[in-house]
Amino acid sequence: MTEKLFMTGNEAIAEAAVQAGCRYYFGYPITPQNEIPEYMSRRLPEVGGAFLQAESEVASIYMVFGASGAGARVMTSSSSPGISLMQEGISYIAAAELPCVIVNIMRGGPGLGGIQPSQSDYFQATKGGGHGDYHLLVLAPSTVQEAVSLTMDAFDLADKYRNPVMILGDGYIGQMMEPVMFEKSHSQPNLPTKDWTLTGAKGRDARLIKTLNLDPVILEQHNLKIYRKIQEMTKNEVRVENYMTNDAEVIIAAYGTVARIAKTAIQILRKNGIKAGLVRPISLFPFPYKAFEDVAQRVDKILVVEMSLGQMIEDVKLGVCGKASVYFYGRVGGMVPSYEEIIAETEKLVKEAK
Amino acid sequence: METMTMERTFRRPRTLRPVVTHYCPGCGHGIIHRLVAEVIDELGIRERTVGVAPVGCSVFLYNYLDVDMYEAAHGRAPAIATGCKRVHPDLVMFTYQGDGDLAAIGTAETVHVAARGEKITTIFVNNAIYGMTGGQMAPTSLVGQKTTTTPAGRLVERAGYPIRMSELLATLNGAAYIARVSVSSPKYVVQAKRAIKKAFETQLKGLGYSLVEVLSHCPTYWHMTPTDAAKFVEEKMTSYYPLGEFKTPKEEA
Repeated sequence: MTEKLFMTGNEAIAEAAVQAGCRYYFGYPITPQNEIPEYMSRRLPEVGGAFLQAESEVASIYMVFGASGAGARVMTSSSSPGISLMQEGISYIAAAELPCVIVNIMRGGPGLGGIQPSQSDYFQATKGGGHGDYHLLVLAPSTVQEAVSLTMDAFDLADKYRNPVMILGDGYIGQMMEPVMFEKSHSQPNLPTKDWTLTGAKGRDARLIKTLNLDPVILEQHNLKIYRKIQEMTKNEVRVENYMTNDAEVIIAAYGTVARIAKTAIQILRKNGIKAGLVRPISLFPFPYKAFEDVAQRVDKILVVEMSLGQMIEDVKLGVCGKASVYFYGRVGGMVPSYEEIIAETEKLVKEAK
Repeated sequence: METMTMERTFRRPRTLRPVVTHYCPGCGHGIIHRLVAEVIDELGIRERTVGVAPVGCSVFLYNYLDVDMYEAAHGRAPAIATGCKRVHPDLVMFTYQGDGDLAAIGTAETVHVAARGEKITTIFVNNAIYGMTGGQMAPTSLVGQKTTTTPAGRLVERAGYPIRMSELLATLNGAAYIARVSVSSPKYVVQAKRAIKKAFETQLKGLGYSLVEVLSHCPTYWHMTPTDAAKFVEEKMTSYYPLGEFKTPKEEA
């Protein structure tokens, strides 16, 4: 399929998953991502797969656990409150080292919150979410086309590291329609053979997928094994876009939909004589600390803009490490920062400096 | 001296590993494990069976049964089994769950795996107590039963009534075979094995969900001798939880 199609981000993510070999989907409806299960319910039977609407997000994530343990490429999707319900299972999946893809099309919280776009699940996605020492690999698209390529890559990365991968989009990415092409941009050859799947102990010893280790010596070893994978991800999988940063006097840091709005703001700011640039993390875990360390050598001020009250800013500060001042502008509850607001905030910072 | 050649009629089932279990003396789990192993052997399905162990005393089921196994989170065995079965419909899937797992924390998963008619077999061990955590009240603890969280006995006004899961599940169209058995004496053990076999056969015939509730004894946390515990099952438990088949496949009706 190389022609251009006009699709919502949610449908594009679903189709990208199918083209990446995903054959099983388990999920529970929640706005604003219902187009994903709806698309999968008609698409997966066409390719010999199966769709199941589960009784809850809790059950969904354990169906993913079961299907992944059986060797399949499998995914689930939800939005913020539903992802909270899945946290127990995500911890178990990480502990059992099962590959899978989880899509979170974020809405405003906390609690039932609202159904409008938000980025307030950054902490939950990147810092653990569930109990225990583990990390998801978290990818944050800012266009529908990028949602396609990141979703395709997500399945390879999950298999490569035997670790759950999260696509972290906001309601805009899910609901917005854009022209997309389904071409695989990256490929990960030499994925490890799945020699741990449960298929019945025919002609081999019985296998076990478990997460309980009562012996602290063994559990520590298991934790360290997962930690080493996280270190490998941190070394190999950082993705970041630098937009007009070379000559920039001020840097905006944003991801997802906010990064797109920031680009518009930067174009106008430059027309007005302010050389602004954007550092856009694409992988939120592993976080591109180095990119921020680098820009902090050249600029004094970095403005972090999020649809939250300040979550990614903590990682930006870790990267900057005191070498530049870090400022914040955020809108929440489904409110989206406008390019005018970003321009005003940036101009304020630049004026203060002069 | 005359030598006699006798046929060997009793042996360890192939599916049961030759290891010592961690169960307390007088526990029913060992008997039930063996019955499951015997049935798997007799049906010749060991190499295409995948089991799901619960959280509870029987979490280490995979140390005793020589089949591919998942260890589930508490209550989630039916969801995991569903995920695996959808990928490999030709596998024989079973979950082994205790009363806390199946009738408290995993009630939603239990009801819906049955409602969907997943071709999965559940062995539900009801011993009316939380063994692994040290003897707290189970959803199936009897009214008046003393546990560490019902020190004065289970009071209805505080803790409500014990759940009869077999009767509840038998109302669902997707459930094809539902039976309650006991392992409190040899006679009941024989009946229990027959029911477990029928449950697996129901799955093999593709008729729907099957579940065997096994009333089992926990001498340790009932604070009884094994013989008194067996008596408790026969006198107290079966009067609240009657034995029998609550649902049989339509082809037999």
